Amino acid sequence: MPEMVRKSLDAPDERVARTGWLTRLMRRPEAGVLVGLVATFVIFALLPGAKSLYSLQGAMTFLTLAAELGILAAAVALLIIAGEFDLSIGSMIGFAGIVIGLLVTRLGWPLWAAIGTAFMVALVVGYLNGLITVKTRLPSFIVTLASLFILRGLSIGITRAVTGRTQIPYILDNPPDPWTAALFNGHVLTGFFRWMGEMGWIAVKGDGTPFVPGIPMSIVWWIAVTSAAAWVLSQTRFGNWIYAAGGDPVVARNVGVPVARVKITLFIVTACAATLLATIQVMEAGSADTVRGTLKEFEAIIAAVIGGVLLTGGYGTVLGAAFGALIFGLVQMGIFYTGIDTDWFKVFLGLVILLAVLVNNYARARALGERSAS
Amino acid sequence: MTAPAIELRHVSKRFGSVIALNDVSMTVNAGEVHCLLGDNGAGKSTLIKILSGVHRPSAGEILVEGRRVDFRSPRDAAEAGVATVFQDLGLIPLMSIARNFFLGREPVRGVFPFRRFDKDHANAVARQALIDVGIQVRDPTQAVGTLSGGERQSVAIARAIHFGAKVLILDEPTSALGVHQAAMVLKFVIEARLRGLAVILITHNINHAYPVADRFTLLNRGTSKGTFSKAAISRDEVVRIMSGGEDMAAVEREIADLLARVR
Repeated sequence: MPEMVRKSLDAPDERVARTGWLTRLMRRPEAGVLVGLVATFVIFALLPGAKSLYSLQGAMTFLTLAAELGILAAAVALLIIAGEFDLSIGSMIGFAGIVIGLLVTRLGWPLWAAIGTAFMVALVVGYLNGLITVKTRLPSFIVTLASLFILRGLSIGITRAVTGRTQIPYILDNPPDPWTAALFNGHVLTGFFRWMGEMGWIAVKGDGTPFVPGIPMSIVWWIAVTSAAAWVLSQTRFGNWIYAAGGDPVVARNVGVPVARVKITLFIVTACAATLLATIQVMEAGSADTVRGTLKEFEAIIAAVIGGVLLTGGYGTVLGAAFGALIFGLVQMGIFYTGIDTDWFKVFLGLVILLAVLVNNYARARALGERSAS
Repeated sequence: MTAPAIELRHVSKRFGSVIALNDVSMTVNAGEVHCLLGDNGAGKSTLIKILSGVHRPSAGEILVEGRRVDFRSPRDAAEAGVATVFQDLGLIPLMSIARNFFLGREPVRGVFPFRRFDKDHANAVARQALIDVGIQVRDPTQAVGTLSGGERQSVAIARAIHFGAKVLILDEPTSALGVHQAAMVLKFVIEARLRGLAVILITHNINHAYPVADRFTLLNRGTSKGTFSKAAISRDEVVRIMSGGEDMAAVEREIADLLARVR
């Protein structure tokens, strides 16, 4: 997004009053979600169970939840800003998991090769989703809805045909390359956390090791993916093309933006994000399940929309989507810790979506200077 | 004599069995405002779409500065120096002025994989280019959607001039504008002409066309009725042709008959 900082090339135009930093901040697409995030933090701080939720362990739990969703949301935000949807990523999570599981347990492949193959599959799936959408000009909503069913069906069908079951356990029993698994299920800063435990700053178990051994790799991946996506969107030529492709594809094409290429690339990115998440989950659980990732496509879209990404494309930020994922994780764990019946989570979610869309519409009008866009 | 900035020779365009343009020839010189006149369906849109690379002619040829060209896309035309500002202006409301200005031609800095869009440069250049054509832009990072219709039009024109257009085609640039803003846009048309550009202007408004135009080409039912210099054609005659000429007179008679019968 354009930075709302005035470039002081010469005297400002006298026709406009100088905008304060608060106004400029509130004009950013993330403004609404930032307010929402602070409000959510405060609300749960006032509820019973806040102590557990905001303990180191509680924080790691909701951050891990946010991270897993956030990896998807970053990619999905780019795709929505470019004007398309990918409903197949939830099924892609399940499919990538069973690709890894079957290659390792049935063919004895090392983890790196199985994971690499899963990413190749994602590349093909994303490319096909993108190509069909771009060539047929059908709504991507329908095209990827078809992929949602095809991939889920393939996952279950293939797994049951090969193993007779719908789960693939014991993936991490004897891998020749356990270090590959550590890239996805390990922790970083373990020395620092052990030291903090020794200093008595964080809770430790009976044997003196901390309850939280370090920062989980999923969070590291989340930060890496979010940073990369945010950088591409706001700082690169490709990012400009993403906004243009979603803002007005016809105009973009006429000035020479390769709209089709941009969209296809982003479909590949979402499929790869799903595969990254699948890899993290398989490496953490040591097993793959054909139903894994169900409904994740909607959660990712919700996180992006809560984060200020306009459903109609052309407007939004990756940082906003990350905040959206954070709210999602916080509320999910917050409801758990406060002892509220988790059945209410979905009611809350529905209301938040409605609120977010209303705020987005308002924010869009603000971005256009409160003039109606013609 | 130097070659015309752009020239059409015996251009025809058929869409299936429909003949949209039939054997149209016209020349537009550098430093000239050339007004294209004709009723709806006369072929104006088809003609500018051919000039801007959206359509390819079924027959005939296009020459830019005496060289034959074959535009396969709007991009080809833009690279040959033929810039068209369509009614959608080629601007995206939700994006900033600077991002729009350089869309598809973003300046970059740094080396791969850290090559990035040089926003400071883009902001500074966009701002300067707008000042050059005479509009004071408040902030190049503000969204185009916050600009008025006339300002948007001028951003589009400034962009075309900045990227080296030799021929500027304006499709109904003043149709959605108020008096003051239309005057502002016409000022940019003259500004572009003074810079030696060839300007092709399509408009329905005689008050906008007549003062700035040097020559007029009349289209009727897909054929050219000739090109006239301003000296050779009166304002009233232009009005008559723009409002449909003989057809309009016939319509008026019919209405008069109808009203007479009602009474």
